Amino acid sequence: MRGRAPRGRATPYLFVAPALAVYGAFLLYPLLRAVQFSFYDFDGLTVGTPVGLANYAAVLTDTGLRAAFGHALVLVVFFSLLPLAVGLVLAALLVRARVRGLPLFRTVVFLPQVIAMVVLAVAWRRIYAPDGTLNDLLRAVGLDALTRTWLGDYATALPAVGLIGTWVSTGLVTVLLMAGMARVPKELYEAASLDGASPARQLRVLTLPAIRPEIAVALTLTIISALKTFDLVYVTTGGGPGTSTTVPSYEVYRRAFELGEVGAAAAVGVVLTVLVFAVNLVVNRVADRQR
Amino acid sequence: MASTRSAAGRAVARAVGLGAAAALALTACAPGSGSDDGGTPPQPTGPVSTDVADAGDVTLTVWDQEVRGGQDEQITQLNAAFEEAYPNVTVERVSQSFDDLATTLRLALTGEDAPDVVQTNNARATMGQFVAAGQLVALDAYADAYGWRDRYPESVLQYSTYSEDGTVFGEGSLYGLPQVGEVVGVYYSRSALDELGLEVPQTWADFEAALQTAADAGRTPLLLGNIEGWPAGHVFGAVQGAHVDPAQIRDLGLGNAGASWTTPENLEALGQLQQWQEQGWFNEGVNGTDYDAAWQQLADGQGVFLVAGSWLAPDLQDAMGEDAGFFAPPPADGGELATTGGTGIPFSITTAAEEPDVAAAYIDFLTSDDAMQVLADTGNLPVVDTASYAPESGLLADVYTAFGDVSSQGALLPYLDYATPTFGETLNQTLQGLLAGELTPEQAADALEADYADFTSSGG
Repeated sequence: MRGRAPRGRATPYLFVAPALAVYGAFLLYPLLRAVQFSFYDFDGLTVGTPVGLANYAAVLTDTGLRAAFGHALVLVVFFSLLPLAVGLVLAALLVRARVRGLPLFRTVVFLPQVIAMVVLAVAWRRIYAPDGTLNDLLRAVGLDALTRTWLGDYATALPAVGLIGTWVSTGLVTVLLMAGMARVPKELYEAASLDGASPARQLRVLTLPAIRPEIAVALTLTIISALKTFDLVYVTTGGGPGTSTTVPSYEVYRRAFELGEVGAAAAVGVVLTVLVFAVNLVVNRVADRQR
Repeated sequence: MASTRSAAGRAVARAVGLGAAAALALTACAPGSGSDDGGTPPQPTGPVSTDVADAGDVTLTVWDQEVRGGQDEQITQLNAAFEEAYPNVTVERVSQSFDDLATTLRLALTGEDAPDVVQTNNARATMGQFVAAGQLVALDAYADAYGWRDRYPESVLQYSTYSEDGTVFGEGSLYGLPQVGEVVGVYYSRSALDELGLEVPQTWADFEAALQTAADAGRTPLLLGNIEGWPAGHVFGAVQGAHVDPAQIRDLGLGNAGASWTTPENLEALGQLQQWQEQGWFNEGVNGTDYDAAWQQLADGQGVFLVAGSWLAPDLQDAMGEDAGFFAPPPADGGELATTGGTGIPFSITTAAEEPDVAAAYIDFLTSDDAMQVLADTGNLPVVDTASYAPESGLLADVYTAFGDVSSQGALLPYLDYATPTFGETLNQTLQGLLAGELTPEQAADALEADYADFTSSGG
């Protein structure tokens, strides 16, 4: 009787309802409200007035904001592309070489992922300080000419912030790629070696095509974290010096909490969300097509 | 069994659908009108009471930013004393740093559970907007009842005075009372000055000569940690005070129309700040140095002068003892003694306060003569009758004297970031650019003028 019971059409919804309720309350609803706010001139205190697309027009014409989005794209290089390059080499070495203490290496490489970003940022701020570890190190080896105020120099602030991201992302990317590489049958490498393929060539024709899904996942995760970077910038530079390290998320915060332009802040946030989706759509399309 | 289950399923589906519909319905109304306090809450009218003991059991939620050593000490003592004087009142204190308070206050004020008393920065972006949104209680009736206008000089009260719509700063109703005064001046190490054979400078030219002497002797004349952006604004305030007419600076600082950033005097002041940097008179890498690291360097004997606010006095006193000294930035020849300063963050009453009378009594208590004595005892700078609380010697005596001199004989200039909601950020970015040599003084003046003129021309 029970087994043959006709299933109500609602039953599947019943199963997802609890999760959907939480998801809806804490994600979909705020997202919808943010989209709605973005069409208002709203200070967070009084009743907003609808302004249509004016906030979006401002996002596109504001040179400061364009610069912030530019900085975010630079950070993608540091958060995603650089870790991918480093991670490929590291993973290839760790998978192929029969090193002792492999789990230890893997843990050490992954460790930055585990620590809260704010803690990392505070530590790196000290490393980059004028009398910090990095400059001390340079002086110790006689490279006094290279010492500078890493976070206070217009030329180095953004790369300095970006390199923290590289350091954080590399572990995640490496571990992901290692998982992918472990899947490739060792016989293939043996055969390739016998045929005279160099390790570099093996990486290009064997490993890379095999781990394309892992690369796509790694890129997706790190590009998201690059584009939505906030805590790192907030703690290390606050967008300075001048506006050289402003990022879109920081502009959202600044508009909403410091300037009281909640509507404009929501518009920036929505544009950022769309950008994140768009970039990752491209990444995943490319990865799918070539599979 | 099955039919009841699927009926339940339909009910859930309907409920989910209803929820979604409700969510959509809610999103259809304008933001800010959803909560029950839509529009401007009514200001309390009618007579106010100064009788706290009869108010029954009251819990007063207070959000403050008194987190540094001496600040925390005084408010803890005063809260305890208030609770002792009025056993029916419990003070629930929520304390966070200035930056954190600035971030959370906006949300807190619009929430269901808004605090009763809050410390809200005088600036247009905070107090100005809260006044405009009707979230702060106009204190005029309490000022009459408690005699606050006799207690405080008008020059102090103007910094927490706004028109009812929040557009005019410095005139209108009173929205807060500060406990402490603040003055930006010059800290120095007495022993360093002795070694260099220098006296405390009496004129701006003397001060520049002293900086030159220190530089010639291979010392770092000026310390500045500007990674946060705002500390340079205080240094610039002192420089500007020596070059520009105080009335001009007041208009620029309060964001009232009629002044200009591109005057020759302002250009000269911006130029001097940049010149100091180019001459190597600051520590290396000011834009990458922490604010706290800079004053700690003074304590470590790594520099001679530090331009900073009086709020660092307790910390520097602890770190340097008798070696620390302080003076108000000296005036130019024939000029008026003028520097950035004003008041600590004022305490205000929110319109959400259920017992505004008790809240007012609390603020009165925090600013009474007894409270001023507590403030002085804990190393703070009482805003009322400052000179009478001055200790006999040491750093705090210097600070009290400087504040007394500037507020009574000179001009206490507003913080420049009061001017417009965006001015703090503009000033930070501009001065960082100026110090890094990315901007010329002319470009810097243009950037500041653009923000100021944009705001004043739009009618504020």
